[in-house]
Amino acid sequence: MNAFTTLTSTVLPMPTDDIDTDQIIPARFLKVTDKVGLGKLLFADWRTGADGQPKPDFPLHLPEARGARVLIAGRNFGCGSSREHAPWALYDFGFRAIVALSFADIFQENAIKNGLLPVAVDAATHKRLLAAREGSTAITVTIDLPSQTLALPDGTKASFPIDGFSKRCLLNGVDELGYILSFTPAIESYEAKHA
Amino acid sequence: MQTLFDKVWQSHVVSQEPDCPVVLYIDLHLVHEVTSPQAFTGLRARGLKVRCPERTVATMDHSTPTLPGHLAVIDAQAAAQLGKLEENCREFGIRLYALGGVQQGIVHVIGPELGYTLPGKTIVCGDSHTSTHGAFGALAFGIGTSEVEHVLATQCLLQRKAKTLEVRVEGAIGQGVTAKDIILGLIAKIGVGGATGHVIEYTGQAIRTLDMEGRMTVCNMSIEAGARAGMVAPDDATFQYLAGREFAPKGAAWETALAYWKTLSTDPGASFDRTVTVDAAALEPMITYGTNPGMGIPITGVLPSPSDVADSAERAALEKALTYMGLEAGKPLLGRAIDVVFIGSCTNSRISDLRAAAGVMKGRKVATGVRVLVVPGSKAVKSEAEAEGLDAVFREAGAEWREPGCSMCIAMNGDQLSPGQMAVSTSNRNFEGRQGKGGRTLLASPLTAAAAAVTGKITDVRTLF
Repeated sequence: MNAFTTLTSTVLPMPTDDIDTDQIIPARFLKVTDKVGLGKLLFADWRTGADGQPKPDFPLHLPEARGARVLIAGRNFGCGSSREHAPWALYDFGFRAIVALSFADIFQENAIKNGLLPVAVDAATHKRLLAAREGSTAITVTIDLPSQTLALPDGTKASFPIDGFSKRCLLNGVDELGYILSFTPAIESYEAKHA
Repeated sequence: MQTLFDKVWQSHVVSQEPDCPVVLYIDLHLVHEVTSPQAFTGLRARGLKVRCPERTVATMDHSTPTLPGHLAVIDAQAAAQLGKLEENCREFGIRLYALGGVQQGIVHVIGPELGYTLPGKTIVCGDSHTSTHGAFGALAFGIGTSEVEHVLATQCLLQRKAKTLEVRVEGAIGQGVTAKDIILGLIAKIGVGGATGHVIEYTGQAIRTLDMEGRMTVCNMSIEAGARAGMVAPDDATFQYLAGREFAPKGAAWETALAYWKTLSTDPGASFDRTVTVDAAALEPMITYGTNPGMGIPITGVLPSPSDVADSAERAALEKALTYMGLEAGKPLLGRAIDVVFIGSCTNSRISDLRAAAGVMKGRKVATGVRVLVVPGSKAVKSEAEAEGLDAVFREAGAEWREPGCSMCIAMNGDQLSPGQMAVSTSNRNFEGRQGKGGRTLLASPLTAAAAAVTGKITDVRTLF
C-alpha cells in the first residue's frame, strides 16, 4: 500500500453532497484489466459538455487544480458501487486526501487500501475551510496523520477520526494481504473445525 | 442475546487481535469480469494460488451483450476483459458460468437460483449489490478489488463490525405496491447515507409476507441507503425456496443445515443500535425523480421545491437534480412522457418481476415511440418465462425480449440511453449518466415500469387493474 504521513497542499473544492462512484468514474470505463492511467477519466462526464468538449470552468480544469492534492467534497462522498477504480482514478489524477463531511463505507475502505486518506470533518470545520477557499484561489492545508489533524490556513486545527489499524497501515505502508496471510495457521484451524 | 447479524458474524471470526479488525472467514466468493482482473494479476505477482476454488464462483454479466442470438461483445476491450476472466478461472480452477452457458446470468440472480446462497453464510463479491443475498439470512456485502484479491488468496477479509439497524416494516402493503416500493420508500425516508456504517435487518409483517424474490429486491437496495448489508431472518419461505436447488445441501446434510438455519433469527430481547419503522399500509407505488435513489416520491405525489428545503447543500442538490432531470419543482410526475422502459437488473429481473410486468402488458401495446427492453436475470429465468409464455406477452406488446445480463442498469454492454432520454427503470441507481451519458432514470417497480410502457407516460399502475 502507498504510505501516508503528512501532506501540505493546495485544495480543490467540489463540495457537492452524495458524489457517487458513477460520477467519479463512469461504468463504461471499467472494462480495463489494469489500474493505470485512470486519472484522465476522473469525473469524465462532469468534465465534458453535451458536445463532448471539455468544460473550461469545471474544477479539475481550473489552473488551481494543478498540483492540488486535496479534494474537498460534501457529505457521503463515494456512495454507490464498490468499484475500486474510483480511488484508483482519484489517486492517479494526483489526489492524496479527500476532506468531506462523511464517506460511503466501501469507498472509504477502498481509498485507505490505496493510500488515499479519507478525512471526515465536522460541519463547522468544513464551512471554515470552504470560506477560506472562497477568499483565495490557493489556500494551503496540512494533513498530519500521526496527530490526526487538519491544519487550516487560519492556523486552527481540526481532528479527524481513523481506526488504529488503518492508521498504522497507512503510516507504514503495510500490505494488508501480507498481514492476513500471517494468520494462515488460524485460517487452517478454522477450516478444520468447520469442515 | 444476539441479533441475526451477531450470530453470523461471530461464527465466522477466525481471529481478533486487540485494536485490529477481525479476520473474518468468507464462505462464498462470487466473481465477475469487471472487478476481478486486477486481483488475479496481484495473485500472480505474488505467486499465490486461490485458497478455496470450491468456494469461488464466477459469472459473466456486466458487459455481456443481450441481443438475442447475437452474442458478439460490444467492443474489443470488453471482449478482452471477458477473455481474461475465462483465462483466470481456467488457471486458478474456478467454476465459471460463461456467456452462452445455460446457467449464466447476473451474479446476484444465479447465486440464489443455484443454491450457492444459503442462510448463515458470509458472502462477498466485488459488487455493491451483493447485499441481495442477505434475503436468505446470509451476511453478504460488496468489496473492492483489493479485497477480492484478499479473499482469493486467504478466503478471509479484515473487517470491523458494523452497527445494527432494524428496519421494521409493519402492516400489509396494498394492491400495486411491491417490495421495490418498500425499499424505495425506506431510502426516501432515511436518505442515501441513512444507514452508513450499519447492517440492516428487515423485520415485520410486510417483510415476512414477501416471497424470497421480494426479499431479494429489498436487500439488494440496502446499499442505496448506505448500509453495509441487509438481512432477513430465514423462515419456511426461505427453506422452501432452497429445497432441491443444485448446490443446496441434500439428504442428511439438508436436515443438519435446516436445524442450524432455524437458529438464525434475532433473539427476543436482543437490541439493535437503531430502529426505523415503515408503515407498509401507508405506502404507495414509489418512483424516483432525482439523481440518487433517496430522491423518491409516491407516484401520486408532487416534486419537492428547493424553496421548501432549509439546508443549503440539500437545496443545491435538489436544484441540480431537477435541472439534470428536466423536471419542474412542485409539479406531479403523473402524466410525464417517457422514452424508454427497462425491466431487468439484479433488483428486478426474476421470474416474479417478469410475471408482474407481463400481467400489466398482456393484451396491451407498448405506447408509440417508447422503447421497452425486458432483460431476464439469468438463462434459467429466461427459460422459465418462455415456458410460461411471458416472452410472447412482451413481444406481442412490442417490447424487446433479451438475453440475460446487467444490461441497461449499468450500460456497459451497449444497452444504454441517449442523452436526454427519460427512462422508467426497474434497476437500482438513478445517478447522472448511470444508464448512458445524459440519460435520465426514474426508478420504480416492474408494475410501474410496465404501466409506463403501455401508456408512454408516468402512470399509477393501480388505474390499470
